[in-house]
Amino acid sequence: MSDAPIIATAGLNHWFGSGDARKQALFDINLTLQRGSFTVLMGPSGSGKTTVLTLVGCLRAVQDGSALLLGQELNGASEAMLIALRRKLGFIFQAHNLHESLTAAQNVIMGLQVHPGVPEAVAEQAAVHALGLVGLADRTGYLPANLSGGQKQRVAVARALVGNPALVLADEPTAALDKDSAADVVDLLKRMGRARGTTTLLVTHDPRILDRADRILTLEDGRIVKVEERG
Amino acid sequence: MSWLLRRLFGRLPIGWLQLTHNRTRFAAALAGVAFANVLVFVQLGIMNSMAAATLRPYEFFQADLMISAEDANAFNEGGNVARQWLLQAMADPDVADGMGLFLGNVPWDRATKDITFTTFGVDPAQAAFLSPEIAGDAALLQVQDAALLDRLARGLSRDEAAAIRPQSPLAFETQGRTLTAFATFAGGGGFGGDGYMLVSDQTFLALFPARSSNAPDHILLTLRPGANPTQVIARLKTLISDPSLRIRSYADAAQEDLRYQQTRRPTGVIFGFGVLIGVLVGLVIVYQVLSTDVADHLREYATFKAMGYGPRFFLGIVLEEALVLGIMGFVPGLIVGTAILTLMAAITTLPLTMTPFMAISVFLGTILFSALSGTIATRRLAAADPADLF
Ligand SMILES: Nc1ncnc2c1ncn2[C@@H]1O[C@H](COP(=O)(O)OP(=O)(O)O)[C@@H](O)[C@H]1O
Ligand SMILES: [Mg+2]
Repeated sequence: MSDAPIIATAGLNHWFGSGDARKQALFDINLTLQRGSFTVLMGPSGSGKTTVLTLVGCLRAVQDGSALLLGQELNGASEAMLIALRRKLGFIFQAHNLHESLTAAQNVIMGLQVHPGVPEAVAEQAAVHALGLVGLADRTGYLPANLSGGQKQRVAVARALVGNPALVLADEPTAALDKDSAADVVDLLKRMGRARGTTTLLVTHDPRILDRADRILTLEDGRIVKVEERG
Repeated sequence: MSWLLRRLFGRLPIGWLQLTHNRTRFAAALAGVAFANVLVFVQLGIMNSMAAATLRPYEFFQADLMISAEDANAFNEGGNVARQWLLQAMADPDVADGMGLFLGNVPWDRATKDITFTTFGVDPAQAAFLSPEIAGDAALLQVQDAALLDRLARGLSRDEAAAIRPQSPLAFETQGRTLTAFATFAGGGGFGGDGYMLVSDQTFLALFPARSSNAPDHILLTLRPGANPTQVIARLKTLISDPSLRIRSYADAAQEDLRYQQTRRPTGVIFGFGVLIGVLVGLVIVYQVLSTDVADHLREYATFKAMGYGPRFFLGIVLEEALVLGIMGFVPGLIVGTAILTLMAAITTLPLTMTPFMAISVFLGTILFSALSGTIATRRLAAADPADLF
């Protein structure tokens, strides 16, 4: 079971809109991610990258085809099942999406508290530790308003990784960052993913990130047009 | 507060952190809740004092049954009752005694303020019909033109009232006669008159020459020990051949008067509506604050949804916020409400007080209605779609 893929989709199609406005966004997506891999998804704007991420991330209902996430079929899965599966994932968005009223440590704790029964003290310790790993040990009590863009995105990375997710889904996490912070964040993802055996699926245009990928998939007009294996 | 919420919800007090993040808005929200509380407190205080003021004159007398005219909805309303029915009622073996009670308004034009006494004419020889406090001084009323004055009456200074003794009576002119007050009792101004006065039935008839000794306003009856009032009332209704008369237990008469004041008289209805409006204002304010707060944090909530938080978590946050607003808005509301009632009581001499019952019921109401508003506000949460985050 340990070498079963983290994600396996087969014949995945997706449409947006209804009636005359109905438009197909994804065509026959067959995608398999092995445990511990670091996969980059690229392609022009509007090619369907985000749609793929939201489907395998349980944020959108699968309409047609099959998508297995951690061995669980998402097509027809109940809302409760989707919510339970989301807890095993780590999301990193283009915007950091931190809660402005919570400190860095509290934001990270939210990534852990979603699992019932984690004692408060343990959660707090884990959050501080995770912030240390992303180089923010001295910023745990800061509100997002008092952190730089790169620091905020690192808090978001810590929040996504603190619960030891099986799969990290990141959508252009470096788009809003300057070069140095972008490289930092990606290195961090890669390093922490490797250390914890986490699988990563990352959407990006950033050429510097491509160098770090195990595999690069290119999407065009809703179809996977190129698969490039590396390393 | 933060610690309490942490214990209560078993997680970070996100609602609390969210509400207190914007201090100005938080203060405004609390002021709004406090305002609604004050509104309810003042209206309830007035309603309670109206109830107390309505029941007060009934406490001057002791009786088991009361016979009144058909239109006597309140103590001081309605026509009179023929004295012959008193004699008829006495024929019942269980009726021990009876007394005619006269009622009229006596003005007293004072230098500072013209005041009106709600005046009762009683038979001084039948002190058993008077409350213990008054009965002791009933003998003083045997003297023609003697009076017992309400020492809490509006327009009568406390020092002036305290000086009234049999040895140092207070004489004053009214209705072309000179009345002499020999003693006082604790009445208290109501919504009708400024205070109360007791005189003998003889003095009363002298003050109101148009009234007849054969037609008092009410007839009070006492029953023999062990008599069943319901059965006696039933018998009296056949014994007394005027079917329009109201024959009730004395306690029922007081309660019916109260219900009449609260539901039929404009003042009662207005203050009842005042309470309703206070509750609605509170409901709207809390709803407004919470739904704005939800709308302002849709992105954060969508993020939490993406992380795997379920509907109960979000309801919990909003209820936590409702609890914070309810509790923290209630405290200043209670303080200001008490202050306003105390001030109003001092000015009006009405029995306006903050009772523990009022405080507790308004507190529970605040929490309940805040939670209700919060639950309605969570409907906006549906707009937080985690698929829109990317
Ligand atoms: N919520 C939506 N409603 C309607 N159409 C959408 C929606 N989201 C995406 N689309 C359409 O689906 C296609 C793929 O979009 P998306 O997955 O966001 O592309 P990418 O992330 O590669 O830029 C585009 O044509 C886009 O217009
Ligand atoms: Mg996109």
